[in-house]
Amino acid sequence: MNLIVVSLITLGITGCLAAIILYVAAQKFKVFEDPRIEQVEVLLPGANCGGCGFAGCRNFAESCVKAESMEGLLCPVGGQPTMEKVAEVLGRTAAAADPMVAVVRCNGTCTNRPKTSQFNGTKNCQIVSNLYGGETGCSFGCIGFGDCATACKFDALHINPESGLPEVDEEKCTACGACVKACPKQIIELRKKGPKSRRIFVSCVNKDKGGVARKACSAACIGCGKCAKECPFEAITVENNVAYIDFTKCRLCRKCVAVCPTGAIHEVNFPARAPQVEKEATTPNNVAKTTEETTNN
Amino acid sequence: MKTFRIGGVHPHENKISAGQKIQNAPLPNQAIVLLAQHLGAPATPIVEKGTEVKVGQLIATASGFISANVHSPVSGKVAKIDTIVDGWGMKTPAVFIDVEGDEWMENIDRSSDIKPVCKLEPADIVKKIGEAGIVGLGGACFPTHVKLSPPPGKKAEVLIINAVECEPYLTCDHQLMMEHGEEIMIGIGIIMKAIGVNKTIVGIENNKPDAIAHMKALASKVMGVEVTPLKLKYPQGGEKQLIDACIGRQVPSGALPIEVGAVVQNVATVYAIYEAVQKNKPLIERVVTVTGKAVQTPGNFRVRFGTPLSTLLDMAGGIPENTGKIIAGGPMMGRAMSNINMPANKRISGLLMLPSEESIRQEPQNCIRCAKCIGACPMGLEPYLLAKQAELGLWDEMEQHHIMDCIECGCCLFTCPSRRPLLDYVRMGKNKVGGIIRARNMKK
Repeated sequence: MNLIVVSLITLGITGCLAAIILYVAAQKFKVFEDPRIEQVEVLLPGANCGGCGFAGCRNFAESCVKAESMEGLLCPVGGQPTMEKVAEVLGRTAAAADPMVAVVRCNGTCTNRPKTSQFNGTKNCQIVSNLYGGETGCSFGCIGFGDCATACKFDALHINPESGLPEVDEEKCTACGACVKACPKQIIELRKKGPKSRRIFVSCVNKDKGGVARKACSAACIGCGKCAKECPFEAITVENNVAYIDFTKCRLCRKCVAVCPTGAIHEVNFPARAPQVEKEATTPNNVAKTTEETTNN
Repeated sequence: MKTFRIGGVHPHENKISAGQKIQNAPLPNQAIVLLAQHLGAPATPIVEKGTEVKVGQLIATASGFISANVHSPVSGKVAKIDTIVDGWGMKTPAVFIDVEGDEWMENIDRSSDIKPVCKLEPADIVKKIGEAGIVGLGGACFPTHVKLSPPPGKKAEVLIINAVECEPYLTCDHQLMMEHGEEIMIGIGIIMKAIGVNKTIVGIENNKPDAIAHMKALASKVMGVEVTPLKLKYPQGGEKQLIDACIGRQVPSGALPIEVGAVVQNVATVYAIYEAVQKNKPLIERVVTVTGKAVQTPGNFRVRFGTPLSTLLDMAGGIPENTGKIIAGGPMMGRAMSNINMPANKRISGLLMLPSEESIRQEPQNCIRCAKCIGACPMGLEPYLLAKQAELGLWDEMEQHHIMDCIECGCCLFTCPSRRPLLDYVRMGKNKVGGIIRARNMKK
């Protein structure tokens, strides 16, 4: 009986002492954390993709809370709706941002760009680009071993076995930029998604002179500059024998698409024919086609 | 018999072209001289379209500390300066020269007389080597004059001549020793004077007994030169491996050979130095081995830079029917080419035509953790781990595991029973980590 009482008292005193020590320690070594960080983190998608430029969602949430304004902070996965919610929690207004999408700037399909050699080693774009120019005559184009598809955490990129090129699933793409970093040839670019997902871009990065580029790939940009002359908004620049369309200036008039002799400029998600450009577009389009045919022969 | 301590493998020698006399390749109709034939920045051309050039005339100057001069290997008129596609599909700048006759610069001594005496001061020798555009002809093409100017505070104690030729198939250095041994001995004397050492070790693998005997006989007449036969093991021709094998000193991780007092020169470079210093002849040609099991007449050819490699292939009897790969260099460290119209240059020591059944990689299997790659790695690295880290993109971990010490010799890939592409991933990781380190140093 006595033994039980003694042990109960000893345990009770030890328990109280431990509780006091723990309480004091908790008060003394308390780390203050802004409760808003937790609130913001819950709103984020939790993909930890690093597309925002920070090391994971938690880090992004911390940066959002610390920052003075929402300028320059964007979670590409959650997009504008998520950023608005975050801004609401923090009592600020979200900065306006255009939704982006990954764009593959190579049209060197198996038919457009014949193979000149066969790579027998490990099927990895990075390894190939360290060793040599690739299996085709174009040393700038897509290698097609799918480093971008491996890098994509959202299952939005796949290599099309027929063309040998990666294809972006617009619905799934969050513009996190992982594929852009993974591509050793810098072919993939994040571009404005555009109204109704409509956009125009030059699907080539070949910096060779026209003749050389054309010999390696029938869909190459030859740097002729016709598109730049045609563009009414000065959105197109030709540098190093390759044209580039500035998506902040482009108004999607599609005049450049019609004049490109190799079909290197692509239009996406446009209706078959827009009424305003019908008359202008039909004739040059046909001309472009015939020139392409003659050069092919 | 001496050899290096850690790792190494024993590939089949296949020295098919051994003993074949060096033949001169014909002059091309148009020579395409690359401006980036060396490690470092491409040379800057000093000629323009229409300039008449003679053999040995300077056509491009070194553009930076680590760079080398380029001389015209032919006489004629400069047609254009443009880019060409090299053997690996990449663009590289080059000078195109339409060949007219074979007129040499007046100051070049073309006679076959041997000039044994060199009266130049050490600094003048190094300057002359730099002017002649000489680079290490063992494969890395590092400018020789840079290697012969040790950094302040460091003193060379011993000169090591790399006559190992550990790559299977290649025989160009072996043949050069047999035909030009005397010149090489004079060249060794010149380098010894230039760097101020009185001891030289010539390392030769014991699969070349004729070369060992020949060089030993010649070395007995020269003070301080010693010929050391080495036990057969790949990669004995690696700079750090050769130092270990010859003088038993190990170069610390990340350091240069001068740290242990050694300067290593390839035997072909020594011959080029002799020609440059004694005969005023810049580096405009080299010996290239063209070989392969099915090749009709494998041999060693002296070729002027700028000659298309296809000329050499024709001289060896053309490309055999079942050729799967044509490799520039040896089978262990060489690279398969995608374009054989590339011109000969300082980099290419051999052309190997592998039959298709030998050139196809087998399907890789899972790693069985047998650690053969670790045993084979001559730098004491862990290739299986580095390859996995590269696959996963763990660059920091790779740096901690000394990826930058890798010499890309391919022993790990050669020895792997699961045929895993270890070297592919390790090399990819090395490039990546090297880039990260350079960027970090730039920031500082």
